[in-house]
Amino acid sequence: MLLLTCPYCGVTAEETEFAPGGAAHLTRAGPGEGDDALEAYLFHRANPKGVHFERWRHAYGCGKWFLAARDTVTMEVFGTYPAQVSAPPPELIDTIRTKRPGWEPA
Amino acid sequence: MKFRRRNSAFAIAREAFRHHEGWQRTWEDRPLKPKYDAIIVGAGGHGLATAYYLGRNHGLRNVAILEKGWLGGGNTGRNTTIIRSNYLQDPSAAIYEKARSLYETMSQDLNYNVMFSPRGVIMLAQTHHEVRGYRRTAHANALQGVTTEWIGPERVKELCPIINIEGPRYPVLGGLWQARGGTARHDAVAWGYARACSDMGMDVIQQCEVTGIRSSNGQVMGLETSKGPVDCDRLGLVVAGHSGVLAEMAGFRLPIESVALQALVSEPIKPCMDVVIMANTVHGYMSQSDKGEMVIGGGADGYNNYTQRGSFQHIEETVRALIETFPMLSRLKMLRQWGGIVDMTGDRSPIISRTPLGNCYINCGWGTGGFKAIPGSGWAMAELMAKGGSPLADAFGLDRFREGRFVDESVAAGVAH
Repeated sequence: MLLLTCPYCGVTAEETEFAPGGAAHLTRAGPGEGDDALEAYLFHRANPKGVHFERWRHAYGCGKWFLAARDTVTMEVFGTYPAQVSAPPPELIDTIRTKRPGWEPA
Repeated sequence: MKFRRRNSAFAIAREAFRHHEGWQRTWEDRPLKPKYDAIIVGAGGHGLATAYYLGRNHGLRNVAILEKGWLGGGNTGRNTTIIRSNYLQDPSAAIYEKARSLYETMSQDLNYNVMFSPRGVIMLAQTHHEVRGYRRTAHANALQGVTTEWIGPERVKELCPIINIEGPRYPVLGGLWQARGGTARHDAVAWGYARACSDMGMDVIQQCEVTGIRSSNGQVMGLETSKGPVDCDRLGLVVAGHSGVLAEMAGFRLPIESVALQALVSEPIKPCMDVVIMANTVHGYMSQSDKGEMVIGGGADGYNNYTQRGSFQHIEETVRALIETFPMLSRLKMLRQWGGIVDMTGDRSPIISRTPLGNCYINCGWGTGGFKAIPGSGWAMAELMAKGGSPLADAFGLDRFREGRFVDESVAAGVAH
């Protein structure tokens, strides 16, 4: 079972207290963009075997959405961070690089 | 190719008289050749069935089936072996019904006993929404030529006496009954197809991981593998949960996310249930194996992972719900639990499609219900690879997401199926 820490209220709890919300950092296809961009935004996912950035909601807690970096093979959670960002914080990237040599953010 | 002895009652008698020393290897272990007309990546049920029908229906026999692990060791060996075709949408009903009908004669076709047992499948309705949904499906199935029937709670109890139809929380209000659905021996399906492919001269190559896809001018030229490079004229990717990994090698993305789906079996008990029961509201499905174990399918994890393990809380949810509907299970010990990586698409329907690479085809996205589709999926994929199109596969193209032509079984079933 995953243990996650909510970056807002600071509570660390088992995954049953949280609700998963799919891949993070998706950029909405804006007005004027073509079918390809909309299709990619709606459906195409990296689905990596390894480091994955994803959305979670502290459903049975403070109710806030936040983001997490996790390994989809080992289930290791590298860290969580607030959702009001367009890219993972640099410290977290550094942590993942240290733990997974050779990995680079997409 | 060696002379193949056929399996038969006579063969069993013959071997009984000579200490079972005359049985042959089920398939030949051959080295990788430098070039094939077609390569199928993934020696699970779907990949092997694709190769089999490429040979049998389309005469393409210079074919290799590459497998990273061992044959049938992925989801083919990890499912709950349920076979049914009571889907709502026409394209789904067509391909699943094709598959179900091919299962009926599979043991004879392959000369290999896949133990198909058409014992009947009931999908329980435990809410009024499900009652409406399944009545609608029964009507749709009547139009599609799929034999199903809406039955009341008394008939459910008659077909499955161990069920508690008056559960206070989820009373059984009826069910969708497909008498010709059932189960089959999942490993035997993979082994039978592998044997038939090997007999046609195809190479089934295990422990051969694809590490790269070579392409030029939008066409696949060949593969890099852990057993060396190999060229091919056509490539079929049939790797379920790992489709995204191979698509990345080929340079395109898929509308797929991989999650773990798990199942468990109880200790063996005397025969107590001779139908398959699916309870979608409480999310558990169950049948009794020939060994007497209760085979229980659970829910999928809610987040991406490749662990082939599953989560404790989903076992708890599934078992908690099942013992309410089947109170006699409450004292049973669970023997084994395992997980498989399923490839989920947005509309919960599969992908059997061309890809951005001209001679590369993909068959994936079967999600939580691929075993039942194996022969139909292989049939359609082989036709697509041989002829460039297939009536069974046309609705399941990758372009349906871009064009909004979903085959929406996620809304139809209300759950992953």
